[in-house]
Amino acid sequence: MSEFLMLSLVPMLVGILAAVICALLGNFLVLRRQSLVGDAVSHVALPGIVAAFLLTGTIAAVPMMLGAAASAIVTVALIELVRRVGRIEPGAAMGVVFTAVFALGVLVLEQSDTSTVHLDVEHALYGNLESLIWFAGATGPSALVDPAALGELPPQLGRLAVVLVVVAAFLAAAWKELFIGTFDPGFARAIGARPGLVGMALVVLVAVAAVAAFDAVGSIIVIAMFICPAAAARLMTDRLAPQLAWSVGFAVASAIVGYVAAGYGPLWLGFADSVSAAGMIATVSGLILAVACLAAPRRHGNKPQAA
Amino acid sequence: MATHLVPKPALVAVAGRAFGDAHPESPLAVAGLTVSYGDKPVLFSVDYAVPPGAMVAVVGPNGAGKSTFIKAALGIVPRVSGEITVYGRPLAEGLERIAYVPQRASVDWDFPATVLDVVVMGLYREIGLLRFAGRRHRERAMACLERVGMAAFAHRQIGQLSGGQQQRVFLARALAQNADLTIMDEPFAGVDAATERAIVEVLKALKAEGRTIVCVHHDLATVPLYFDHVLLLNVRKIADGPVAAAFTPAALQETYGGRLTTAQIDEAAAAPAASAS
Amino acid sequence: MDLFLSALLLQAGYNTAVVSIGAALLGAGAGAIGSFVLLRKRSLVSDAVSHATLPGLALAFILMALVTGDGRHLVGLLVGAAASAGLGLVAVEWVARRTRLPEDAAIGAVLSVFFGLGIVLLTVIQSLDTGRQAGIAAYLVGSTAGMLKSEAETIAVASFLVALAVFVLRRPFVLVAFDPEYAAARGIDVRRTDLAMMGLMLAVTVIGLKVAGLVLIVALTIIPPVAARFWTNRPEPMVVIAAAIGAFSGYAGAAISSTGPGLPTGSVIVLVAFAVFLASLVVSPQRGAAAMAFAQLAFRRRVHARQGLLALAHGEPIYDGLTLRVLRRAGYIRRDGVATLAGRAAAAAASREEAIWSLYRRLNPVDAANADHQGLVPLEEALPPDVVADLERRLRGETGLTAAEAAR
Repeated sequence: MSEFLMLSLVPMLVGILAAVICALLGNFLVLRRQSLVGDAVSHVALPGIVAAFLLTGTIAAVPMMLGAAASAIVTVALIELVRRVGRIEPGAAMGVVFTAVFALGVLVLEQSDTSTVHLDVEHALYGNLESLIWFAGATGPSALVDPAALGELPPQLGRLAVVLVVVAAFLAAAWKELFIGTFDPGFARAIGARPGLVGMALVVLVAVAAVAAFDAVGSIIVIAMFICPAAAARLMTDRLAPQLAWSVGFAVASAIVGYVAAGYGPLWLGFADSVSAAGMIATVSGLILAVACLAAPRRHGNKPQAA
Repeated sequence: MATHLVPKPALVAVAGRAFGDAHPESPLAVAGLTVSYGDKPVLFSVDYAVPPGAMVAVVGPNGAGKSTFIKAALGIVPRVSGEITVYGRPLAEGLERIAYVPQRASVDWDFPATVLDVVVMGLYREIGLLRFAGRRHRERAMACLERVGMAAFAHRQIGQLSGGQQQRVFLARALAQNADLTIMDEPFAGVDAATERAIVEVLKALKAEGRTIVCVHHDLATVPLYFDHVLLLNVRKIADGPVAAAFTPAALQETYGGRLTTAQIDEAAAAPAASAS
Repeated sequence: MDLFLSALLLQAGYNTAVVSIGAALLGAGAGAIGSFVLLRKRSLVSDAVSHATLPGLALAFILMALVTGDGRHLVGLLVGAAASAGLGLVAVEWVARRTRLPEDAAIGAVLSVFFGLGIVLLTVIQSLDTGRQAGIAAYLVGSTAGMLKSEAETIAVASFLVALAVFVLRRPFVLVAFDPEYAAARGIDVRRTDLAMMGLMLAVTVIGLKVAGLVLIVALTIIPPVAARFWTNRPEPMVVIAAAIGAFSGYAGAAISSTGPGLPTGSVIVLVAFAVFLASLVVSPQRGAAAMAFAQLAFRRRVHARQGLLALAHGEPIYDGLTLRVLRRAGYIRRDGVATLAGRAAAAAASREEAIWSLYRRLNPVDAANADHQGLVPLEEALPPDVVADLERRLRGETGLTAAEAAR
């Protein structure tokens, strides 16, 4: 039990929180056909973090999040600019901008002296859930109610909890605007529902979520967490609120099953070492999506019926 | 020789406000509206003031700027030039008095919403910031659905509706906005006859309440039947005014010239007008 | 700097030379096939394809390590990469076509899930075989440092073959990219052509993995074609220009990357390509930003001038401030709004043109619809002189006045 508390509780909670945050936002990305904005934002989170690191000299969380958010805004603005000025289709504009920004990030990363700080490319790409150890948990279940022990929880947990509250608050506050703006942007503009502003806010939150989840699953697997649970949920129902609920359920399942399979699976199969928890979480979410594509009730969408 | 051969000096007005003073009762007035994609204008220098309380048909060949006219007038697409006023006020202020019903095809109908959800959207301004739709709003929305005969479908997913049903839902959403001016883009395209009749009844009822209706319309034969005013567009404004005066063979010839036979034009212009109702 | 120049001139050693040439050929092939994919609007599918190579790479490594003791044979790895990438491609099509999910969701899902699976397999490799697996990590961001001569040669040859294949298939590719229905009517099997297109895209992606890394190889298939778009509107020149830009980026990028540590090849190549893209965006005379902005402003001024002159001629009020400014600046009206002599002449001319166009529209509506730019193009450029003379005669004949007089 104390081993579970020390080694597994926090990673699992962090994984669950990250997955839920991403799934909530991901519902709207999928509906707005902006799944690849999640792709772009996750790729450019790295350069934003590198920039923040270079400017502040630390890898503290707040500068990192601000760096990633700034990087996302700059990227999206650049994509819009390139799209408009160059009259290119949005997918290509996205491809040009975010790959270039990512390349810049990798270059700067390799150039700068990162030997004193843990900021290597691979961990940025696929996270490090397994390192979130709660030493105080070794003392057993009593640690759960001991304020001193709780104070030693890895900070990623608290951070993610805060981001979850912010995301939930945003979705509640801007529910109508998101709903109308996604369904009919022209009408939304005409009726004053500010689709442009709300869309920008969504992108900023996606960037913040990407950074918050960074520690857990790295920047590329975050894309799986934005898309897969939400996409699977989309195939389960025709109503938006139930869709959000399904997506949260799938996200939690992916996080738990993925973490357990990565940590204990190999042991059960007779191997000594565990495999990447982040990768396994993404894989499980993909499997859930695959099953949904094959068997979910609303997977074929709606066809109009005779009048 | 000459002074009467030379154009008179220009009058100038000082600011956009002056244009608003020129048409204070018009629900929507535009001057010099020009829209272009690239360097060929789709709409050039259109001047038009919607008469209050009228039911106006906007007609013209396909691709000649009818939808563009509406979208530019409402600020949905950018314009190269043009002053716009709503009841004499700037567009931004007056927009809340206008209900806009876009073309059906502009929306993804597989969206997770019910018929009632869509109608409630029309009540957005009333619901207010940071609030959710309450029972009162849902009842209002149901009342609008009843006016268009779609109350039974309130909880149906919108993707399951036929074209005519979708159009009625859009109309119900516009009714929910309780607007002084309702603008519809091709409301009768691809709908069944029963829906067409139902929509016309609702529009006539709105007009009877003193509201104004503007429709981009595709079917020349029904213009005199449903509408009392017409605006003929083919990149420029060709003619406008009461149907009897403006919907003439000559004007139609100039608007559609080459795209309709003379017989079709004469037939359209000669169609019997609706009896006073 | 010396290092860079000698690398550029292929004098920094055989290895570097082969790598540079290989990178150039890779860039050319990527630019070429990327152009067709861009025209077909499938550019981001290649992002999914490149990320989907990871599980195949890892599995191939494991299999080869188990069988031969060393998992790093390039060809074997690339075969594995191609297999899982192909699977990824099929998965994207299947999800987008068989469910209500849009294509971008399918792309993102395949991209991230396959990548996640690949990461899992990478950690399996880590636990099985310490030390040797570092080679795989290079496939993530690309590294030509320490590339074997044989590997560089393989890449060069394979890239050349891809470029050749694109050349051979250029006719069907162009037709399908431009107008699939027309191509089908001409007897071309659109489905097979699409398959070949995506297959070559996959080949380029897989070949380029070692040089550019899987995250950035996509950039080589998107940036050069998009840059080429600014220089031409026709597909064949676009492909050639894209290939040239890709080749240049590959060559220069590889040369720069060889001059020191901390210069990952993939990143440098992509940034060179992006620099070319930016230059094209701004500078291109046809579609570059500067040219377009200029043309837009000029157009706007012409519209306002025309509308202002017509209003002047008809004695109508002018409300738009910009119109007044344009007229003032052109010397057509004075500060107080009264028309100058030049203004009156211009207004009369505009009015005359309007009358001519109006008559032309009435007599020849179909021709007029094509030629009429609403007076924004001078009459002499839009209509041949004999037509204009004829219309003038008619106007005069109808009313006994000249066109200018009739306009009043």
